[in-house]
Parts: sequence; structure tokens; C-alpha cells
Amino acid sequence: MTPPVPLLEARNLTMRFGGVVAVNNIDFTLREVELRCLIGPNGAGKSTFFKMLTGQLTPSAGTIAFRGTPIAGAASHEIARLGIGIKTQVPNVFNGLPVRENVWLAARRRNTPVQAKRLVDEILEKIALTPRADDLVGQLSHGQRQWVEIGTVLAGEPDLILLDEPAAGMTDEETVRTAEIIREINQTRALIVVEHDMQFIKMIAKTVTVFHQGQILMEDKIDAVMHDERVRDVYLGKKVAA
Amino acid sequence: MTRFAGRPLLNWAALAAAVAALIAVPEFVEIFTLMQFTLFAAMGVLALSLGFIWGYGGILSFGQTAFFGLGGYAYAVSVINLGDSTGAIGIAIALPAVFAAILGYFVFYGRISDVYLGVITLTVTLILFNVVNATAGDEYRIGAAALGGFNGMPSVPTFNMPGNPSMVLDPTQGWYATGGALIFVYVALRLLLRSPFGRIAVAVRENEVRASLLGYDPRLIKLGVFVVGGAVAGLGGALYVNWGAFVSPTIFALSLSAEIIIWVTVGGLGTLIGPVVGCFMIQYLDSQIGTQQTFNSNLALGAILIVFVLLLPQGLIPTLRTLAGRAIAAPSRTAAKTTVAERPAEARQ
Ligand SMILES: Nc1ncnc2c1ncn2[C@@H]1O[C@H](COP(=O)(O)OP(=O)(O)OP(=O)(O)O)[C@@H](O)[C@H]1O
Ligand SMILES: [Mg+2]
Repeated sequence: MTPPVPLLEARNLTMRFGGVVAVNNIDFTLREVELRCLIGPNGAGKSTFFKMLTGQLTPSAGTIAFRGTPIAGAASHEIARLGIGIKTQVPNVFNGLPVRENVWLAARRRNTPVQAKRLVDEILEKIALTPRADDLVGQLSHGQRQWVEIGTVLAGEPDLILLDEPAAGMTDEETVRTAEIIREINQTRALIVVEHDMQFIKMIAKTVTVFHQGQILMEDKIDAVMHDERVRDVYLGKKVAA
Repeated sequence: MTRFAGRPLLNWAALAAAVAALIAVPEFVEIFTLMQFTLFAAMGVLALSLGFIWGYGGILSFGQTAFFGLGGYAYAVSVINLGDSTGAIGIAIALPAVFAAILGYFVFYGRISDVYLGVITLTVTLILFNVVNATAGDEYRIGAAALGGFNGMPSVPTFNMPGNPSMVLDPTQGWYATGGALIFVYVALRLLLRSPFGRIAVAVRENEVRASLLGYDPRLIKLGVFVVGGAVAGLGGALYVNWGAFVSPTIFALSLSAEIIIWVTVGGLGTLIGPVVGCFMIQYLDSQIGTQQTFNSNLALGAILIVFVLLLPQGLIPTLRTLAGRAIAAPSRTAAKTTVAERPAEARQ
């Protein structure tokens, strides 16, 4: 029997910026409907990895396959159409447009107008922004803008969702709510979540991949990662100290 | 925020007022003034073309007169050959649209930066000017139409009733046709901006990266906007040539290209009505200054632009809207919403 095609498979993936090797020859595999957490110190290459997965950067070397389709170097909109959605680290929304319009733009691409409208209402409820639906996103708080972006990603109904630091700038309450939503999404969709907040990681994680200096330091169950000497050395220890 | 109740009603009222003005104007003004208004309306269509692509597509073209001129020449050549203005107007819209599609394809798919977009549109306009300018000899004819080089093409047949070349429009009917075209284009663009295409175009202008991460191809969307702008400018060119029954290479003039930018800036970028108001206002001032010898009209135009950029950087219409919004918003907080497409200018405050 041939093994099933993984949802996402990166091989020998490398990204160089001049002399800086931001991502250094990594292999990464994700199953359908898997939830994976990515951790690692600042500058480890996590966001760069996401940018390659979404066509914002063309890898210097290596391959990426999404359900067997090569996507390394493809245009962002093509990759989005294949079913990968991303919430970027720096809020990336339509600041000059109302909340509802932001979500609608994502919902409309795959849905009829009637379906899109229903989906938008549903998502506005989920991200608790129905009362502010008609306000411009630029007028919202940082945390609320994060929610708008998460809502926008959900409205695109991707099969793989990349979340780059979703809990940054959120209140404790909002962080818990984010974890809940992630678990709920994970019933049907795969996710990769980058986060520095270990409390948050513990709420959602099963398998964790640790990035360090552009390479994968280890990949294991959350408990094993938390107790690993090397991980404590390069990342967790420093975080406690900081 | 300029949200207030009854906005849709207001829109209908404004449209009714515009149509009423269109019908009533010939009753109240002399033929000379009517001709002047007809010219303003033709230029208003040109203003709309830039107001649309710049304000809603984020595309600053320094060469909107390229499409305007192509439309003018396409109209002149076609109407001379066809003997009927009906199809000629269609060609005057289609040819610049196709030209915009080809030019836009290279610009947007070649990932040329915004600055170069300006340079390229400017250059293309210059090239067209020089090419047409060089067609003076009798060997430069398209069918029955001699292009005439720098002398232009005199006595271009003007509009006739659709499909009936023997019934040529008189100046009053010419005003109805031109003013009617302006209103029609305005409404059509308004509707386009409410359609998914228009909303996505505004999204691309707002944040190209986000739009592409949602699965929209910014190049394709911008190309679409650019082509619509080319088609509208082409129609403006046909209206202009109809007004003067004459076309010459000066239709490609860079000074006109610059003037359109001033119309849009003064009237208000990010609105559709602003460019039209700016166009009418400045042309009117221009014509008033032209009748007396004290001021140089270019100087006056420059002064107006500087005043606006410094004092009303938003332009006239957005500033008025903000003021009206402040006056009305206070009593009616739970006001009805305007559509997105109508307020990108304030959105960028
Ligand atoms: N466009 C770029 N040009 C040059 N260097 C870059 C670029 N983008 C990222 N880098 C470098 O690549 C390395 C990895 O950056 P990246 O943003 O991927 O880290 P990260 O793991 O997301 O860090 P953080 O946790 O701080 O978000 C860093 O050294 C960064 O300075
Ligand atoms: Mg990062």
C-alpha cells in the first residue's frame, strides 16, 4: 500500500537573504486535519517559513507540495485558491474598510452572494464583532484587528490555516477564546500555529516543532518538548529568564 | 465619519436633480453657454475615467489623454468611413479599451512599480502625439479618412440619431447626448463599484498583499480597472471630437493630462462626483479668466492647485461630506450605512 499523500510536505527548504540563512534546509510534513505548533526564539525563521508556504517569498532552494501539488514560488493568490489561508504576524487587514467588508471579501470568493452573507454573519458572531461590523477596521484595537484577520482567514474556508502569533496583543480572556476557536477549527481543518505564549501552546498543542536558527531542532509531543534540555537551553529557559 | 440616514434617498434625489438639470439647461442658457457646458460634460467623462482608476484602483496614470485621444481619433476615422456615428462611438470606446488591455498587461503583469506606471503612461502619450503628428502626408489615410498630421482632421461628422445618419443632432440634442453620457457613465461606475468586482478592486487598492492572500489576483483586478478607465476616456474623446467637429494631435497634450490630475485632486480623490465637480469648476474658471487679459490662466490654475493641496488636501467633495457628516451625525447616531465604495477617501484619513 502506498502511504497517503500528506497535506503539506516541504523538502530541503531554504531561504537566504543575502548572507542570512533564515530557513536552512528543513523537512516538514503535515497530515490532513493535523494541528501543529511551531515555537522557537526570535529570528528562528518561523515567519519566513510561513511566507514561503503562502507565496510571499520564493524559496532559495527546496520544494513544497500541498496535497502533492508543487507550490514553491507560486503566486500568493494561486496558493490561496488551493486552500491555504494565513493570519500574518503583523496585522494584515483592509484597515480602510469596515469589518463586515473585510470578512465578506474572503467569504465571497468561494460562495454565492447568499451563502457569503450567511457565512459572514456566522463569523462575525464567532469573533464577537457583530456590534462593530460596520466600523472601519482601522478604528479597532490591536486585539480586535487580530480577530478580524482570524475571521477573514476562516471566511476563506481554507483546508490549511497558518496562524502567526494569533494571541499576541490579546487579553487573557481573548487568548482562551482563541484557543477554543482553534480547537474547533481543527475538527475539520489542519492548522500550523506559531506562538511564543507557552500557556497558550499548552492549551492547544499535540505535536510541537521547534525552530532554531533556521533549522528544526526537534519535533515531538508537547510534553517531551517542554522537558527537552536543548529546547530549554535555546528557547524556554531564556523565556523564563526574560 | 460621514454616515447619515437617508443616503440612498439622497443618491436618488441627486440623480433626479442631475437629469432635471440636463433637461432644463437649454431652456435657460444661450447657445454659446450651452456649447461650453457640452464641452465641460465631455471633459467630465474624461475626469471620471481618471477619478475611477486613481481613486478606486490606486492607479495614477499620467497618460489618460492617450485613451482620450485614441477615442477621439477612432471616432473621427470611423465616422468618416462608416457615415454613421452609432458604430463609430462604439469603436471609440472599444479601441482605447483594447489598447489599455495591452498596455496594462505589460505594466501590471510585468510587476512594474507605481512610479514607472506614471512614466510609462506619460511616455506612451508622448509617442502617440508624435506619431499622429507625423501623419501629415496624403499617404496617411485610413479608408476615406486622412489623418492630417499636425493639422488634424477638420469637419468630422458629428453625432446623428442612433442608426439614422440623415438626422444629425443639433447643439441642444448634442448637449443632451453629452450630458446624458456623463450621467450614464457616472451611474454605471457607481454600480460597478457596488458589484463584487468593484469591491475587490477597492480591496486591492487598500491592501494588495491581503487581497492576494485571499485568493484574488491583484494584477488581473488592476488590469480590469485600467481597461474600464481606458474605455471611459475613449468615450470622452468621442464626445470631445463631436463637440468641436475637429480633432488634432493636441488632444494627446500632456498639459491636458496634468489638468485632469488637478481636476481629480481639487474635486476629491476617492469619490466619483469630485472629479466631475473639479472638472466643471476649473474649466469654468479657466474660461472666465480667458475672457479677460489680466491673469494668465495657467498661473491661476497653478494657484488653485496649491491652495487646495495646502488647505483642502482631501479635495472639495470629501471635505464637504465630512462637514455635512459632522452636522448630521450628531442627532442620528444609528444612521444608515453608506456602501464601502463610496467612502474610500475618508477611509484613508
Ligand atoms: N526580508 C528579509 N530580508 C532580510 N532578512 C530577513 C528578511 N525577513 C526575515 N529576515 C531574517 O531572517 C531571520 C528569520 O526571521 P523570521 O521573521 O522568519 O523569524 P521568526 O522566527 O518569525 O521570529 P519572531 O519570533 O521574532 O517573529 C531573521 O534573522 C530575520 O532578520
Ligand atoms: Mg515571526
